[in-house]
Amino acid sequence: MSSAVKAVLTRPLVTENPITLQILGICSSLAVTTSLNVAIVMCVALTVVTGFSNFFISLVRNYMPSSIRIIIQMAIISALVIAVDQLLQAFAYEISKQLSVFVGLIITNCIVMGRAEAFAMKNPPVISFMDGIGNGLGYSMVLLILASIRELFGSGSLFGMEILPLVANGGWYQPNGLMLLAPSAFFIIGFLIWIVRTKRVEQVEKTEFRLAPHTVQEVAH
Amino acid sequence: MAFNKDSVSGTIKVALVVCVVCSIFISSAAVILKPFQVNNKILDRNMNILIAAGMFDPALNSKDEVDDLFAEFTPRIVDLDSGAFVPDEQLSQLGIDLQSYDDRAAQSDPAFSDVLAEEDDVADIKRRVRYATVYLVEAADGTLQTIVLPVSGYGLWGTMYGYLALEGDGNTVTGIGFYDQKETPGLGGEITNPRWKALWPGKQIYDASGAVALRTVKGSGSGVHEVDGLSGASLTTRGVGNLIAFWMGPKGFGPFLTNMTKG
Repeated sequence: MSSAVKAVLTRPLVTENPITLQILGICSSLAVTTSLNVAIVMCVALTVVTGFSNFFISLVRNYMPSSIRIIIQMAIISALVIAVDQLLQAFAYEISKQLSVFVGLIITNCIVMGRAEAFAMKNPPVISFMDGIGNGLGYSMVLLILASIRELFGSGSLFGMEILPLVANGGWYQPNGLMLLAPSAFFIIGFLIWIVRTKRVEQVEKTEFRLAPHTVQEVAH
Repeated sequence: MAFNKDSVSGTIKVALVVCVVCSIFISSAAVILKPFQVNNKILDRNMNILIAAGMFDPALNSKDEVDDLFAEFTPRIVDLDSGAFVPDEQLSQLGIDLQSYDDRAAQSDPAFSDVLAEEDDVADIKRRVRYATVYLVEAADGTLQTIVLPVSGYGLWGTMYGYLALEGDGNTVTGIGFYDQKETPGLGGEITNPRWKALWPGKQIYDASGAVALRTVKGSGSGVHEVDGLSGASLTTRGVGNLIAFWMGPKGFGPFLTNMTKG
């Protein structure tokens, strides 16, 4: 594997992770990470879509009129997403029911659009495809971490298999209901970003402005 | 003349080509995959009916058994107001096909449903279908063994959809199952927990006077007319109780169950 391909595949994992560095794709990472099974299907779907949308957009990048560039990107992305949605409904019905609207919402996932605009518009198809896959993997990695934590502590299971026996089923583990609700994903993503940026200080953003100190004003009573 | 992508005509040409290619791609995907999707929907519905009737356990049975098990069921369409089966000729007049009729889609179709008056709308479902699909199992000698009825009602966050299975007497509960609900995971979402559903079989819907008596209660449910509510999920539990009250009552399957059991 050439070093360029390797770089576009691995850089998005930690160094340029779309979720922890660029803070993109947060919406779906809150919604589909209550169980690992669902999260994995979402990861595969998003990775495939990002890869192929990058590929096709890069293929036609030299024919794209700049005035309708974004619309053409959207048309290609939505066609791919609809195809993925149809495939899931045909071959993974149970999971497609759980993912419900979130497969369709890949269309508006900032990672897909972001990579199309930032990478595929300027690079040849094959390397763009790899970039899409790489970013998909970066997204997947964070999703899988989220989903394992949330499913383990929220439902006491992993991949639907019981790990911590629940009180409701006669065991000892009282599940943490918060883990099954969206805010917990925010907290976990927050912690992840904290960990990554402690290790890689260069990812910490510069302070854009400093808050002025409080001024105490004498108020006449 | 070289192709100028940024000219007006160039822009229109590119837009047209992209639209045509994308639409051909999507329509062929939709057409090719349609039969699989329809099958999945029917399989899923049949499986939910079997689960409610206690004849299928997703942990033990495989999906391949659904068709065989479901073969015992006869779907029939019931006119909810009269409580009678809708005869075949009327079905074809109405344009209802027994296999593809979808109660949930019909609920939002003004041609097949009516707005419920507020005082009747116990389960808070706003509209009620005129014709509902019921699933019957008959024993070899022709006596009715199981009746599976589609039920729905508002919980805490959204409408809960499920099936209620009754024994042939139209009174004793065989099982209940919800296949679509948005209740809080871990609290109201526990309506799908097998341990809670196990409280239902054997309960009686009606009391001696024929009124709906089955209800969900706080604390510990005792006797044949009470089901222990879910702790931490009062509103969901109340929703389930309302759903029973509505669908077993005069605006729901009450007339139908009376018809089925009196003769």
